[in-house]
Amino acid sequence: MLVVLLLAGSVWLARVVSRDRFWRENASQLWRRRPIALITLALFVGIGLMDSIGWVGGGTPGDDDVAALRSRTLIDRLFQPERITESSYSAPLASVSFYGGQPLTHPGRHLLGTDILGRDVVYRTAKGVRVALLIGGFTSLIVIPIALLFGVSAGYFGKRIDDAVFFLMTVLASVPSLLLLIALVMVMGRGTLQVCVALGITGWVHFCRIARGETLKLREAEFVDAARALGVSDLTIIRRHVLPNIAHLIIITFALSFTGLVLAETILSYLGIGLEGSWGQMIDQARNELSRTPIIWWNLTGASLGLFALVLAVNMIADALRDIIDPRTRREGQ
Amino acid sequence: MAAYLIRRTIYGLFTVLGVLLLLFVLFFAVTDPDDIARKAVGERARPEVYALWKKNHGYDRPLLLNRAYAAADSRRYSDTLLFDHYRRMLTFDFGNSDADDSAIARRLKEGMGPSLSLTVPLFALGLVVSVLLALFVAFFRETYIDRAVLVLCMLTMSIASLLYIIGGQYLIGMLLKWFPISGFAFDPYLAGRFLALPVLVGVVAGIGADVRLYRTIFVEESNRDYVRTARAKGCGEARVMLAHVLRNALIPILSNIVITIPFLFTGALLLESFFGIPGLGSLTVEAIQGNDFSTLRTMVYLGALLFIAGQILTDVSYALADPRVRLT
Amino acid sequence: MSTPLLAVENLVLTFPGEGGRVAVVDKVSLAIGRGETLALVGESGCGKSLTALAIMRLLPKPGRIEASSRIEFDGRNLLELSVPEMRSIRGGAIGMIFQEPMTSLNPVTSVGQQVLEAVLLHEKVSRRAARERVIELFQMVGIPDPGARFGAYPHQLSGGLKQRVMIATAMAMRPRLLIADEPTTALDATIRAQILELLRQLSATTGTAVLLITHDFGVVNEIADRVAVMYAGMIVEEGTRRDLLGQPRHPYAQGLLKSIPRPEARGGRLEEIKGVVPRPGRWPPACRFAPRCPSAFDRCRAELPHRTEVSPSQGAWCHLVEYEVHA
Repeated sequence: MLVVLLLAGSVWLARVVSRDRFWRENASQLWRRRPIALITLALFVGIGLMDSIGWVGGGTPGDDDVAALRSRTLIDRLFQPERITESSYSAPLASVSFYGGQPLTHPGRHLLGTDILGRDVVYRTAKGVRVALLIGGFTSLIVIPIALLFGVSAGYFGKRIDDAVFFLMTVLASVPSLLLLIALVMVMGRGTLQVCVALGITGWVHFCRIARGETLKLREAEFVDAARALGVSDLTIIRRHVLPNIAHLIIITFALSFTGLVLAETILSYLGIGLEGSWGQMIDQARNELSRTPIIWWNLTGASLGLFALVLAVNMIADALRDIIDPRTRREGQ
Repeated sequence: MAAYLIRRTIYGLFTVLGVLLLLFVLFFAVTDPDDIARKAVGERARPEVYALWKKNHGYDRPLLLNRAYAAADSRRYSDTLLFDHYRRMLTFDFGNSDADDSAIARRLKEGMGPSLSLTVPLFALGLVVSVLLALFVAFFRETYIDRAVLVLCMLTMSIASLLYIIGGQYLIGMLLKWFPISGFAFDPYLAGRFLALPVLVGVVAGIGADVRLYRTIFVEESNRDYVRTARAKGCGEARVMLAHVLRNALIPILSNIVITIPFLFTGALLLESFFGIPGLGSLTVEAIQGNDFSTLRTMVYLGALLFIAGQILTDVSYALADPRVRLT
Repeated sequence: MSTPLLAVENLVLTFPGEGGRVAVVDKVSLAIGRGETLALVGESGCGKSLTALAIMRLLPKPGRIEASSRIEFDGRNLLELSVPEMRSIRGGAIGMIFQEPMTSLNPVTSVGQQVLEAVLLHEKVSRRAARERVIELFQMVGIPDPGARFGAYPHQLSGGLKQRVMIATAMAMRPRLLIADEPTTALDATIRAQILELLRQLSATTGTAVLLITHDFGVVNEIADRVAVMYAGMIVEEGTRRDLLGQPRHPYAQGLLKSIPRPEARGGRLEEIKGVVPRPGRWPPACRFAPRCPSAFDRCRAELPHRTEVSPSQGAWCHLVEYEVHA
């Protein structure tokens, strides 16, 4: 269901982007500057998608009824966790278990070893991709339209609406975001949707502020005056003039806040209120393993690498985007 | 300017009232006092135990309107959770923890010292190092040094703070054994050894983003017209950076910093928790893990209060630092 | 003519552009005598400001002064000086003022402090002596109530006053050359006249030569002794004020003069030079003005013109002029 929504969203985005001349010029620049980051991101999105498409059926013979009726995603089917789970820890590519040295059911198949429950670490890292994308993407998907609604209305219609929205923004922004996040999750419960909503509420102000600021600036622009003088309705002006002009900034802000959201979730996981199956949770479970001798490092490594790669890729893309869009105006005057 | 500040402060007060309303909605309306009682006392106690617990913790009143009183009686409105909430928070009467019944005010006092002893050095050191590094990089802008540092910043920014703490504890605490992994001592001499690692980790974790930001500010200032005038007067690069650029760049940097000052109190949550420092951050983490809503409520309120104070402080410092604002 | 104070020879400035480095200023030569005021005139984008910055060796970073250039000031080649030596010349023997008084002064320091800095950088005097010097300078440039104005901040002063402060800064060490980059462009018309008069006066009393960069022929008329017209990175004509204002020879200079609105010609069409100034890197292969020149012929599109001496004081870089003179 979610996947359909996301796919639809991305198709619409692709259409808008391909029609917009600005993006056509810049997309190739972006590709030239940060090919590795883009490929990495595409890879992650691919894995996430694979993990979102699942169906019931086709289990191995010998499964009990519960297992047979469970919906398994492409990733699940690829890794077949039920078959390759060991009993407990094992080192990467080992053939014996870590404690006790008993032979494994699938020696040499675990690239990054297995965790305390014997689950393959690479499998768990792959599962974490979808969660991370969810945190960043889904949350923003909820937040951006609402923030736009409030921000653009405040900036465009001004006066009372602006005062009200500004006050709301100030109140929300006055609570340190981490504390607000914690309070929200404690209060709403610890499900996936709740955590996303909580993350959304804390991040909403940032987008709203930008939308409002830009709309305020645009409202004073001459072409808006001209449109109004021609009698164009407010809604049309917003749709045709305001929104496309703030779209660029919104996209950059989205990329930047994406990483913030993912990193915030790791803190939530540490506190015990994060999302199920996220890398943050893996890290939280793994953090004490470093103090064992001999140390168990592979759980931590898998999750950290995944996290680092995703965050770095998005950061670099966001940075390049900002370079392309912003100092365009600055460097032109040589 | 005085008028402006008064206006800001009044707006700040309204914001505080707004925040309290938000907290009320969160902690009383969305969460059920029955749930809180159940979490504190246990699932299987008798109803009278719940009622007694709620009474002791002040949760036994109606939310907004107390219909037990007549319409004309002011207690209809004042003997409610809402009024009580406002009254107590505004008078800093925090009551007791939901989890262990200890007086919250006392825990706050106890926790402030350790928190400050962590966050003040963290803040000061982080600031000095970031500014110096950013100045250095801005001086060498567009050279290899500049680009290398920027790449480094990008990389360090992309690592989760959690990983810095875990990594730091492991590398320096366990492998190199330079500092103890965690713990705290109230003795100022011993405390140093315990604080060194969290301060170090905290500074390194935050340095990437700060240096990038400050560098951008410095480079932007260096390209301004008055810098060109200074060079035309015969100023050397060093003097340009220090006497002209730094002084002007301090204005935006100051606004960036002053906002973070109030958080020196709430303490770096993660750092305190991981490194076993008994400060306000640890208190908050305990409250989360113990479902202690009243403590959590207090911490969030204090956080907001400090944040608002920080914003007003920012405005003041901005006005003091920038003659254009001060003298109009 | 006695040795000029400043002699720029074959100045070439390059900037990175599409496909390598692109020349923005191409073999510009000029000379300014002691106490003389030379106006360097041209439209925006012709490279005149960069020429001025290059003389001070303050060309912005990606730009480069090519090795074939030579800038001689008072007998020394500025391009061969060490950095500390050049620094003592900046603000010392050569002063410079800029176009935007609003942004050219440090907003967080008082104006008095800023002029003080100029003094203290070049002379070892006590702060009190330097402060007195600054107040003298303020008087010299016509700032009323100089003692009180010392502690004022730039945003408290009008544009004209700010520009006077700039001039005071540049003149602090009695430079032999003052470079003024469009000093009046950002000012109101009445203030413009005052500032120009001030410059003229200062030049007369202190014997300072002035290199005045401008795009406004009106300014030229007010204070210039000699004029050089620049187009697309090169000088196209030079001469005395009378020469250029009375009988410009180069078609571009002629066009510029014709396009000045005149109150007598009211009601008629405004004259214009058709076309746009070509950007560096897209200069036409031979004479750069040829595409827009009403008198262009084949040779103009094939060969870059050399300097033709029209008179001992006037010279033009134009094939047409060459034919006219040698005919």
